[in-house]
Amino acid sequence: MARSASAVIVETTPVAVAAGDAAVTASRERRRFAIATVVMAAAFAIAPHVGVYPVFLMKALCFALFACAFNLLIGFGGLLSFGHAMFLGTAGYVSAHAAKVWGAPPELAIAAGTAAAALLGVVAGALAIRRQGIYFAMITLAFAQMIFFFCLQAPFTHGEDGIQSVPRGRLFGFIDLSSTLAMYYVVLAIFLLAFLLIYRVIHSPFGQVLKAIKENEPRAISLGYDAERYKLLAFILSATLAGLAGATKAIVFQLASLTDVHWTMSGEVVLMTLLGGMGTIFGPVVGAFAIIGLENYLAGFGQWVTVITGAIFVVCVLAFRRGIVGELGAWWAGRRR
Amino acid sequence: MTELFGVPTQALFGQLLIGLINGAFYAMLSLGLAVIFGLLNIINFTHGAQYMMGAFCSYFLLQYAGVGYWWSLLLAPIVVGATGIVIERTMLARLYKLDHLYGLLLTFGLALVIQGLFTNYYGSSGLPYRIPEELTGGINLGFMFLPKYRAWVIVASIVICGATWYVIERTKLGSYLRAATENRALVQAFGINVPRMITLTYGFGVGLAAFAGVMAAPIYQVNPQMGANMIIVVFAVVVIGGMGSILGAIVTGFGLGVIEGLTKVFYPEASNTVIFLIMVIVLLIKPAGLFGKER
Repeated sequence: MARSASAVIVETTPVAVAAGDAAVTASRERRRFAIATVVMAAAFAIAPHVGVYPVFLMKALCFALFACAFNLLIGFGGLLSFGHAMFLGTAGYVSAHAAKVWGAPPELAIAAGTAAAALLGVVAGALAIRRQGIYFAMITLAFAQMIFFFCLQAPFTHGEDGIQSVPRGRLFGFIDLSSTLAMYYVVLAIFLLAFLLIYRVIHSPFGQVLKAIKENEPRAISLGYDAERYKLLAFILSATLAGLAGATKAIVFQLASLTDVHWTMSGEVVLMTLLGGMGTIFGPVVGAFAIIGLENYLAGFGQWVTVITGAIFVVCVLAFRRGIVGELGAWWAGRRR
Repeated sequence: MTELFGVPTQALFGQLLIGLINGAFYAMLSLGLAVIFGLLNIINFTHGAQYMMGAFCSYFLLQYAGVGYWWSLLLAPIVVGATGIVIERTMLARLYKLDHLYGLLLTFGLALVIQGLFTNYYGSSGLPYRIPEELTGGINLGFMFLPKYRAWVIVASIVICGATWYVIERTKLGSYLRAATENRALVQAFGINVPRMITLTYGFGVGLAAFAGVMAAPIYQVNPQMGANMIIVVFAVVVIGGMGSILGAIVTGFGLGVIEGLTKVFYPEASNTVIFLIMVIVLLIKPAGLFGKER
């Protein structure tokens, strides 16, 4: 699979030497990614045992997954969605409803929520990709607002109250999730699997074509790629993974509420990705932990959180567009030269 | 009581009026967005916050300086427009060479900062603003009661929108503006100071939002969140109308306001979502928007 990914590069790169170099860099990059991922996974596995509050970790991991899903679209497809909260929130509601009202076990509840987000992704994506750039952002935002009003009014979401005290249940019938630590490792497993899936997608031929479309859409079309279909697939995939984050989050916190469908949530995920580094693999994870940590820290300061969030946005856009991971990467590359 | 389409005429015309009022605000705000977008290629997410600042500015003027409604109708747009010019000069101007999405992100962040600050100091409950004395009371039209202030809002916004249209489409200044929208470099080559024009255009668009805010203050109360929900609807209005024409923005704004009002009469559950549904339908049939051109 990986070899065919570089084959696509070879086809489009006229100079064969450059392709050879690219293959060497790619394998070095793969090794670096493997080391970093193992370190990250190990750190997360130990974290609750060295005094980090597991509930905080679970929240941050859910948002990290959400931000990674979002980054798949903006960082590798060049599509800025300003309505990703609709997938997070819808999946949360569906999985909470499935677990509480239908009495579904957690794995089925999460699957149901994820499927709902995927379905919504098909509909919203098919419409949104009809326009580009700024219009795409506005359409996704408007779509999300429509979903917000639907969730506000639909009877099964219980309006302002949300769906409360959702049972966590037993995973596959034998893992009791009411234990915080068991729940934590399940969330970690879900996160790591989705994270690896995203890495795989980015480095697949599909991901390479997506990148080509981002860089120069008319050229990709002239090479025979059906740009619309690739963009739609990326959108659906991103929506599905955002839904997975939302569904998991609803089971973890035993709550699905309007906060998760509100447009501020859509803005928050943009910020996490921007702060961590758009188009980097680890950026969204770093960004999500930074923002959730900040919100945790500032929880007692009311509206100052909004002000500081906005200020970080402004600073990132003006001076820090590569984000934390992007800047670190650039610094590292500069030092090696 | 008389009925029309099975609905009491009182309710029907009442909602029609509310629809027209909302439409007036949609039109003024989407007009400002369209003017800014035309020249700067930036979607001004701060627009809602600037509309709110206009309302607050008139509140401050009355509260601390004793300046009444009519003067603040003139002063608030100038003051808020000036803050817009500062934002453009210090921040937006650095982003023109980059992807347009950065402009959206920056203005989104600014909107959060402004709204957060105002909510911090003034809470999220509304502050009352009295209707100016000349416009209290109303006229009985026989089939309905028309409050004078609401009639004024509709007339004033039509005049303002019409004047903006006239300046852009029929004057020399407007022709510079349209030319710069088409080809900035060429206009600059003719010796016209395009960067200054861009700055002033942004200031003007922001001023228009503030003007709408002052007009909204007596109707919706002065509230830090008043622009936040408005701006998303206005975005949908802009998508429906397309950014191509000034007239399109005005017509779409009023039209959608009326449709929203009528939905409240016939099917209230959908009144919040009807504009978004129309957006979906328009996207399916004419992706560039009703008055837009594909670019």
